[in-house]
Amino acid sequence: MSNATSAHSVVEPSATTKRIAGIIVVLYAIVTMVPLAWIFMTSFKSPPDSISYPPKLVFTPTLEGYCNLFTTRTRQTPEYIQSLGPPQSTCDEITRSRNMVIAGPSNYWPRFTNSMVIAFGSTFLAVFLGTLAAYGFSRFRVPLADDLLFFILSTRMMPPIAVAIPIYLMYRELGLSDTALGMILLYTAVNVSLAVWLLKGFIDEIPREYEEAAMIDGYTRLQAFRKVVLPQATTGIAATAIFCLIFAWNEYAFAVLLTSGSAQTAPPFIPTIIGEGGMDWPAVAAGTTIFLVPILVFTILLRKQLLRGITFGAVRK
Amino acid sequence: MAEVTLAGISKAFGETQAVSNVSLTVRDGDFVVLLGPTGSGKTTTLRLIAGLEKPDSGRVAIAGRDVAGEAPASRDVAFVFQQYSLYPHLTVYENLAFPLRSPARRLPAGEIDARVREVAKMVRIDHKLENRSTRLSGGEMQRVAIGRALVRKPAIYLMDEPLSSLDAKLRAELRLELKRIQNEIGSTLLYVTHDQVEAMTMADRIGILAEGRLAQIGTPREIYSNPANLHVAARLGQPHINLIPEGLLPGGSAPRGTKTIGARTEHLEIVRSGQGNAEIDWIEHLGDQNHLHIKVGQHKLVTLADPYLAVGRGDRIDLKLRNPLYFDAGGQRLT
Repeated sequence: MSNATSAHSVVEPSATTKRIAGIIVVLYAIVTMVPLAWIFMTSFKSPPDSISYPPKLVFTPTLEGYCNLFTTRTRQTPEYIQSLGPPQSTCDEITRSRNMVIAGPSNYWPRFTNSMVIAFGSTFLAVFLGTLAAYGFSRFRVPLADDLLFFILSTRMMPPIAVAIPIYLMYRELGLSDTALGMILLYTAVNVSLAVWLLKGFIDEIPREYEEAAMIDGYTRLQAFRKVVLPQATTGIAATAIFCLIFAWNEYAFAVLLTSGSAQTAPPFIPTIIGEGGMDWPAVAAGTTIFLVPILVFTILLRKQLLRGITFGAVRK
Repeated sequence: MAEVTLAGISKAFGETQAVSNVSLTVRDGDFVVLLGPTGSGKTTTLRLIAGLEKPDSGRVAIAGRDVAGEAPASRDVAFVFQQYSLYPHLTVYENLAFPLRSPARRLPAGEIDARVREVAKMVRIDHKLENRSTRLSGGEMQRVAIGRALVRKPAIYLMDEPLSSLDAKLRAELRLELKRIQNEIGSTLLYVTHDQVEAMTMADRIGILAEGRLAQIGTPREIYSNPANLHVAARLGQPHINLIPEGLLPGGSAPRGTKTIGARTEHLEIVRSGQGNAEIDWIEHLGDQNHLHIKVGQHKLVTLADPYLAVGRGDRIDLKLRNPLYFDAGGQRLT
C-alpha cells in the first residue's frame, strides 16, 4: 500500500537494511566494472603506457590504439616520411611519429560488420521461430509436447566444443564453413531452444480469452495473434532478443573453429591484432571497447524488459 | 438479431461430460438466462455456440443456418467474458472499436467513430474513452466489455457471468442497466450465471442446468412456482427451500407416492401456540426481516418472518403447510 515505507511495516525492509543492501550492490557493481574501466582506459594509452608496471592510472590519452585498430601500417625510414606532404589525419600524424605510414584499412571493420549481420540475423530468426513455436506449444494440444520441449532444450545441454567437430565436417560438406549464412543458421539453432522456452513462459501468461475474444470479434487466429498476442508479448520478446543477441554476439568457440576469413566475427579477430614486437594492447582494448557498444546500446534501450526477462515473469505488469 | 437453436448438443472433456444432450431455442429478442452451479456446463454451452469448442454431437443453428465448421469470426455472435475481458494494450476507445475494425467488417472510420461514441454513452463510459483499459475500476471494465459486444449488432449476445467479479452494489446497478439496454435495442441474449437474483430479475426465460443437462426451462415465475424436480426447486428461493419428509407437518394434501415435501416461506403458516408441534431454535435479525430457524423433532427448517412477529427463542409454535411442493422418491415433482 501507499505507506508501505513506514517504519512499522513488517514487509518493507528497514532503512538500515536498505542502505546496507545498497552498499553491497554498489560494491559489486564496482568490482564488475573494473575490467571494463581497465579496457576503456587501456584503449586510450600508448603502447608503452599500456604495459608499464606499476600500471599507470594517470596518463596522456592518445588515439593510437584506435588508429592501429583500423589500419595496417608499414615501417619506413625517417627520410621517406620527411619527404611526404603534411599528414592527412590525426591517425596519419600518430603513425608517422612512430616512423610508420598507413598502408591501408585493417580487417576490424569487416569483422565487426560480420558480427552485426550474424548476431542480429540469428537473433531475429531465433526470436521469430521461437515466438511461433512457443505460441503453438502454449495454445494447441501438440502431441508429445513435453518430450518435444525437452528435446528442444537438450540441444543446449552440450558445450559447443563437443559438437564443433561434427558441425565443422558437416559445414565443409555443405559449403557453409566460413559463410555468414552458416553462422546465422548455427546461432539460430542454438538460440531457438532458449527462445522457445523463454517465450512459452511469457505467452502462457497471456490469457487465451483475449484471442478468443478477438476471434469472435471477427479476426482469424493469425490476425488475433498479431493484434492481441504480439503486443502483449513484446516485453518477453524483447527480453528474449537480448539474451539471444548477447549469446550470438559473444560466441567464441564456434566462431574460431568455423570462420577464418570472409565470415569471421569480431571475437576471434580481436586477439589476433598484433603490433610490432608483440601484442598491441591499446589496439586490442580499442577493438573490445567498440565491440561492447552495440550490446550496451541495445541493453540500455530494452533494460526494463531485460529486468522482467531475468525475473522470468515474477514481476507483474 | 436472430433465433439460435441447440439440438441435442453434447461435449466431453476427457472423462468429464460437460454438456450432455442439451436442446434449447433462444427466440429472436429473448433474454434467456442459464442458471446452474460451477461445472454444470453453462460456459461450455456458450463456447459451443460461439464456436470456441466443437460439439461431440448435436447441432448449433444461428438464424436457421447450421454453423458447424464455421469459425467464430463468421458466426456473427458477440461474447462477454467473465474476466480478462478488455485488451490491456488498448484504450477504451480502441477496445470498443476493435470489433468494428476487424477484417470481417472493416467499417469506414466515420461510422466506427459514431457507433463507438453511441455505445460508450449507452454503457456510460463516454467520459473515459481515452483511458488505458487497465486504468479502470472493475465496474467500468465490465461496462466497456459489455459495450464492446454492443457495438456490433450480432445474431446473439453471449454473456458469461459478466457481473460475477463485481461487488454487490455494482452488480445490482449493472443488472438494471443491462436489462434497460436489452429492452432498448431488443437484442437476443443468452446469459449465464450462478446468481439466482440475476436470473430472476433479468430473464424472459430461465434454463436450469445441472451436470450438463438442461433440467427445465421456463419463465422465472414458472421455474419458481412450478419446478420440475427437486434440483430445480433447490436452485431458487432465499432462504433455501426446506426439504422435509412426508407426514412431518400437517396441512396440504400429498398425492400418492410423495416422499419429500418442499416448503418455502410462503408454504409455511406459523401460529403461536403453547403446545405447538415446533420450536423456535434461533432467530437471525436481518433488519427488514428475520430468519427463523425452527426445530420440528429432529428436523430443522428456515423461514422468513416479518420483524414484528412476536416470537422469541425457545417459543413453541404451530407450523402448518400451505400448498407446498411434492416430490416422489426420484425427486420428480408430483402434482
